Amino acid sequence: MTRIGYAALATLSVIALLALVGPLFWTIPPETTNPAQGLAVSSAAHPLGTDELGRDVLSRLLHGSRVTLLVGVAAMLAALSIGVIVGAIAAFRGGWLDALLMRFTDGMLAVPAFFFILVVITVLGPGVGTLVVVIGALSWMPVARVVYGETLRWKNAEFVVAAASLGVPAPRLLARHILPQAIPSLVVSATLGVAFAILTESALSYLGLGVQPPLPSWGNMLQRAQQYVFTAPALAIYPGLAITAVVLAFNFVGDGLRDALDPRSRR
Amino acid sequence: MIVFASALTFFFVNLAPGGPASVMRFDVTAEQREALIKRMGLDRPVTQRYVEWVAGAVRGDLGSSLLTDEPVAQRIGERLPNTLTLAGAALVLSIGIGIPIGLIQALRRESALDHVLSLLSATGLAVPVFWLGIVLILIFAVSLRVLPSAGVTGIAADTIAERLRHLVLPAVVLATTVLPTVVRFMRSAAIEVLHEDYIRTAASKGLAPRVVVTRHVLRNALIPVVSAIGALVPRLLGGAVVTEQVFSWPGLGRLALEAAQGRDYPLIIGLTVVAASIAVVTTLIVDIAYTRIDPRVRLG
Repeated sequence: MTRIGYAALATLSVIALLALVGPLFWTIPPETTNPAQGLAVSSAAHPLGTDELGRDVLSRLLHGSRVTLLVGVAAMLAALSIGVIVGAIAAFRGGWLDALLMRFTDGMLAVPAFFFILVVITVLGPGVGTLVVVIGALSWMPVARVVYGETLRWKNAEFVVAAASLGVPAPRLLARHILPQAIPSLVVSATLGVAFAILTESALSYLGLGVQPPLPSWGNMLQRAQQYVFTAPALAIYPGLAITAVVLAFNFVGDGLRDALDPRSRR
Repeated sequence: MIVFASALTFFFVNLAPGGPASVMRFDVTAEQREALIKRMGLDRPVTQRYVEWVAGAVRGDLGSSLLTDEPVAQRIGERLPNTLTLAGAALVLSIGIGIPIGLIQALRRESALDHVLSLLSATGLAVPVFWLGIVLILIFAVSLRVLPSAGVTGIAADTIAERLRHLVLPAVVLATTVLPTVVRFMRSAAIEVLHEDYIRTAASKGLAPRVVVTRHVLRNALIPVVSAIGALVPRLLGGAVVTEQVFSWPGLGRLALEAAQGRDYPLIIGLTVVAASIAVVTTLIVDIAYTRIDPRVRLG
């Protein structure tokens, strides 16, 4: 992996550690309001200041990182599961099922996803669960294509045919012999998928359709911050920097892994 | 494609729990509920309603908004030009800046400039659109006071210059959603072309480097890039939703947000279908442009 890939991995580890243990050391609860202390600049009690309701920004950032990362990873897992199932079945079964599933995948790719996300949220109502479902349901298509390609490539390989002729049932054939071949590409897709999910989560939370206050997420911290951009610009800076850093790190790790795992792309 | 998007949206909205049928949860008398259900046509099966909706849609009738009772088509029509202006400006910016940058990176491959620009592209892809918008507002509207932070035009004077001034920040912000991708595509396409034999031939027969780059490299590298641009339009429209919210830009995106917050089903269905149509039309335009750039491709 490239140097920048390792640097990104180190950054991610630090952020994950902060999300994990940060709230144990910085014990001010993220929901405690103190309107008298609203929009305070940084001080010993509040190193990053307070928001409009006097809530501690550092604490909200730390707790928000948990929410943001959890939603990102969960949504990625959802997308991965759907993508693997659709891609593997389409390629393995072939025939009309293949045509139907892959047409559907193409169709989903061409739908303006963000509008459809709004449709789903309109129906299901906003919330963490909805976010995971909606981001997963609208980002599985690239995964499906990767798995589809890999399954087609390996399903007639000699070791797979040999296993099949020994009487290995189809699901086991897929799970034990074909899909493991796709793991390198899936790891790359998963890493880039988390980055996409975090960006989408933060945008939706910013729009008020994602994580609902008082639960903090980096996106919904920015929603209120914009109203105070004239009086307390710092409020708008920290969560945005955090999102950019995490997304950038995930993308770099993904690119680094792709270079490391796929010699063909290194040119 | 448009049919796919409309069917997907329509059936999802109508079959999911909490769909339009949830009006029944409100505290209304039995008669009121009956009347409402009848008016919305909820007493008939979903497939029949979809067929009726499509029949209306092809005649330009997308039903009426639940919130304001105005025709959906009219509400979308009012906002459509604003979104097209914004998205169009962003696309022009992305292509106009992205293609030269990608080309330069390919020509100066592995140079310091290439690395810096690649890093910038990567950052551009990672920055949340809305946050970039807020930061630019901070810099250009709050600190420097040179550009307006919201709206389509000035309150005092509605002139072309005033409209352009209002367009700058939103267009730049929206462009960052696709610009890095254009740059990356252009860079790798140009690198690919630079390896071709005909480039070496052109250079060795004594053509000026400038001619080789514009005539041979650029023209051939554009082919894959143009086809990729079509695929970026859905992303551009998604970015428009967020950008319009940041800059209070009265376009389709903000309308979609109002619809989502107000659970205005006919409106959100109509918007999704219109957005899908825009994507389809651009793909069509891209396909036509394709035949102009690549003479080998002919529309069959």
